[in-house]
Amino acid sequence: MSLWSRITYVFRGDRLNHEIDEEFVAHMEEAIAAGEDPIEVRRTFGSPLRLREQSRDARIVGWLDNLCADLVFGWRQLLKRKVPTVAAILSLALAIGACTSAFRIIDALFLRPLPVAHADQLNVLARQGPDDHGVPRSFDDFAYPNFARMRAAAQGQAELIAASFTYRTDLTYATDNEMEKGYVQYVSGTMFPIFGLRPTLGRLFTTEDDITPGAHPYAVISYNYWTRRFANDPQILGRAVHIGSKMFQIIGIGPKSFTGTEPGIVTDIFLPTMMNPDVRRTDNSWLRIFAVINPAVPHEPLRAKLDAVSLNYESERTKGFVGMSRHNIEMSLQKKMVIEPAASGVSRLQGDYRRALVWLAVLVALVLLIACANVANLMTAQAASRAREMALRVSIGAGRSRLVQLVLIENAMLALFSAALGTIFAWWAAPFVVSRINPPDHPAHLILSADWRVLAFGSLLTLVVTLLFGLAPALRASAIQPVTALKGGNEPQSKRRSMYALIAAQAAFCFVVLFLAGLFVATFRHLSNQPLGFDAKDLLLLETATPHGQSPESWSQMADTLRVIPGVKDVAIASWPLLAGGWTGSISVNAAPPTDTWSYFLSISPGWLNTMKMRLIEGRDFTSTDSFPGEAIVNQAFVKHYFKGANPIGRTFEKVNPLGDRKLCLVVGIVADAAYSNLHDPVLPVAYVPVRHLNADGTINPPESGTFVVRTSGIDAIALAPMLRRLAGQSNPAYRVRNVLTQQELVDNQTVRERLLALLALFFAIVALLLAAIGLYGVLSYSVLQREREIGIRIAVGARIGSIARLVTAQIFVTVSIGAAAGVAFGILSVRYVQALLFGVKGTDPSMLIAPTLVLLAAALLAALPAVLRAARIDPSIMLRAD
Amino acid sequence: MKKTDALQGSLDLLVLKVLSRQPKLHGYAIMTAIKQISGDVLNAEVGSLYPALHRMEETGWIRAEWAPKDAGRRTRLYQLTAAGKKQLAAEVARWHTVSSAINRVLQEA
Repeated sequence: MSLWSRITYVFRGDRLNHEIDEEFVAHMEEAIAAGEDPIEVRRTFGSPLRLREQSRDARIVGWLDNLCADLVFGWRQLLKRKVPTVAAILSLALAIGACTSAFRIIDALFLRPLPVAHADQLNVLARQGPDDHGVPRSFDDFAYPNFARMRAAAQGQAELIAASFTYRTDLTYATDNEMEKGYVQYVSGTMFPIFGLRPTLGRLFTTEDDITPGAHPYAVISYNYWTRRFANDPQILGRAVHIGSKMFQIIGIGPKSFTGTEPGIVTDIFLPTMMNPDVRRTDNSWLRIFAVINPAVPHEPLRAKLDAVSLNYESERTKGFVGMSRHNIEMSLQKKMVIEPAASGVSRLQGDYRRALVWLAVLVALVLLIACANVANLMTAQAASRAREMALRVSIGAGRSRLVQLVLIENAMLALFSAALGTIFAWWAAPFVVSRINPPDHPAHLILSADWRVLAFGSLLTLVVTLLFGLAPALRASAIQPVTALKGGNEPQSKRRSMYALIAAQAAFCFVVLFLAGLFVATFRHLSNQPLGFDAKDLLLLETATPHGQSPESWSQMADTLRVIPGVKDVAIASWPLLAGGWTGSISVNAAPPTDTWSYFLSISPGWLNTMKMRLIEGRDFTSTDSFPGEAIVNQAFVKHYFKGANPIGRTFEKVNPLGDRKLCLVVGIVADAAYSNLHDPVLPVAYVPVRHLNADGTINPPESGTFVVRTSGIDAIALAPMLRRLAGQSNPAYRVRNVLTQQELVDNQTVRERLLALLALFFAIVALLLAAIGLYGVLSYSVLQREREIGIRIAVGARIGSIARLVTAQIFVTVSIGAAAGVAFGILSVRYVQALLFGVKGTDPSMLIAPTLVLLAAALLAALPAVLRAARIDPSIMLRAD
Repeated sequence: MKKTDALQGSLDLLVLKVLSRQPKLHGYAIMTAIKQISGDVLNAEVGSLYPALHRMEETGWIRAEWAPKDAGRRTRLYQLTAAGKKQLAAEVARWHTVSSAINRVLQEA
């Protein structure tokens, strides 16, 4: 008989039994027919039941049969204790789901290779060296001319691909009045062929699209965008899309799987690098360089070669930088080229969230451990109540491995149910978290596919969890001594010890989770309470372009036009909004050599300070006749830095650019410090200059772009946007509003990561605390139950409630305290690694340690209360009579 | 091949031998055949015979099938398989080696 029939017999045990019995009956009939004595014949069969068992064992797969029996038994055991089972499953499910979610996000962002040919040979180039502040950093931005040289140098050894930073911009398929937003990425024509990608429709870029700047007005749209925006309409080929001031023809639709090279952003539209307005500029670094390196080529010589080419390029470029301090030039040339593997692509999201996600993973892992400890304790308590059953099984001959299997299967069932539920949770949670990563109107778009990787992780996790919480109770159950167990049992002491050890571990983990959550919440609070220096509420920003430039007077007229709309209080102009962009230069006071410290600049119109509600400390605002070079208003940090705190009004400074060009400015006002480009940075020295820029010959340089800063009167600012946009276009067609956003959005963008981290950490802290409290409650109730008789006697002989409470809780509080102490140690050790994620918070700050300790102790107190009450209510007369 | 102890081995040997002479026997017939041929010396117990039959069926030495008897009842008939024939030859050879060895020991002593 085959294995298969043996397996099928397992599930048709009745039929097998029936067949065996039928054969025996036939045997007896034959014997009686042959004239033997019926009684004697029956006697030869001895115990038919045992005989049947023996025959049955020969004909089925024993372990499978046992497994089925254990499954059925385990299921009944779980059903018998509904409340603990449901609690265990829910807590494990939450923890497993959280872990799986974390894995899905980490996998999608960092581990999953791009769906391109040779992903394993894909690398990205970066330069490592000091930044403007002398802090070592990695720079992966390059200028196109530098890329072109390196590509030529690497010929034959590696294929270099340029891919711009994907950015979100306004575009339209019709008129300027119907703007929409899309993610655009400029890529080398060689990218698609090297990646081995084939179009879904039309054609993709080729080397032919890599030749002449400005001569390849074609666009390839991604499959994802094609589905989202055009519902897979094949008619889209050949249509025109307007991006910026250019028009592109859609020539193809990319392959289904490819969404660009930046995990976290789905590129909508690919454009050839040749169409980037800055393709010839040597001073604008706007692209990343990917290198598909031939596997036979060693990396180090290639790296050295590229390093030399890039350094040569930079040295040539900086040779004319007489306006940059020697020190700064040297720093900029110190950068060293590195080749880093980039199989999964490269994105800013990775850099921003690497640490945050690692710590999130640590948090969920700790929560999982807490949940496992809980269930292990639950199982131990149950094992105690099942000690007699186990002892009985041992006495009638059950093997140790058989008992381990029995208990483990029950636990595995628990884990499987939890995993199933957890998977459902992860299904929802991972996209939810990703959707919170960026501002709500354009969230991060991470492709979270559910495939064998996630499945493998989930299965492994389930297995680990089962062993974590199930192995110890299983081993303990199997090691039972029938003699002691059947006699009434005298070993709860050892059991209680292991339970207490788990409680201590829980307390330690819980403390770490609370501590980290506290740090993250404090960080978010500090950052969002960071003084901005301006009022971000009710500020609408209209990023506007005038392709051929408009005079400052015309810009000012447009501001006047917009001001008449009801709901608009005030309108001013800046070259760009605060917290969105930057412009730097060296400063020279009294014609001294340029300083090492950069200053930051922003062009503003008269009235801008007032519209932003920034405080003018001294001096005056700009007037319409002020210009740059000419006048400047500086912030307090600027005064401190360059004028050593002396009153600068009436004095001058020069803005020096790297080429040595000097622009003289007279300080006419001092304004309070305000956030410039990043809330995380310390306050920067900033000089505000008029939007009226003069050329070297004294003529006015008409601005080609600017931002109207609109202060609205408390109504929903964004609701005014369409009207403002229309009015601007109608009153002067030369103005195109490219992008509308609120200042508050820009402020919120600054704290997105911190908010997310604080939110999730807080959530997990609550879960951890809840789980730990439930665990504590369970163990205390169990120990009171175990010692009911002892407590009854104590009460009978006159113990007071206080001493009973001490009896019940003393040990547990010592345990929790030991755990918390260990947690403090862990916490202090971990602070070093979290510090980079913190802002304005010191991990070693005593208050950051005391708060979680108090919360933990309070939770322990609360959890202990029911057990103490229960112990105090024991009525000795009933208790002692009961046995 | 599974190593079997001497007693079980000899029961297996007897059953296989009986089945090699006459295919398609039911359990009772095998039992009586062993009894008759050995002249009432060897007596296979029901308690050993059936587990042995089922085990050998599992191993693939013998094959069983249900055959209709009178009035809708069935009986289970056993017969040798190719593997069983090979096993029989091996068992016979082993038996001869063991018994001649035992005989030599008995003669020497």
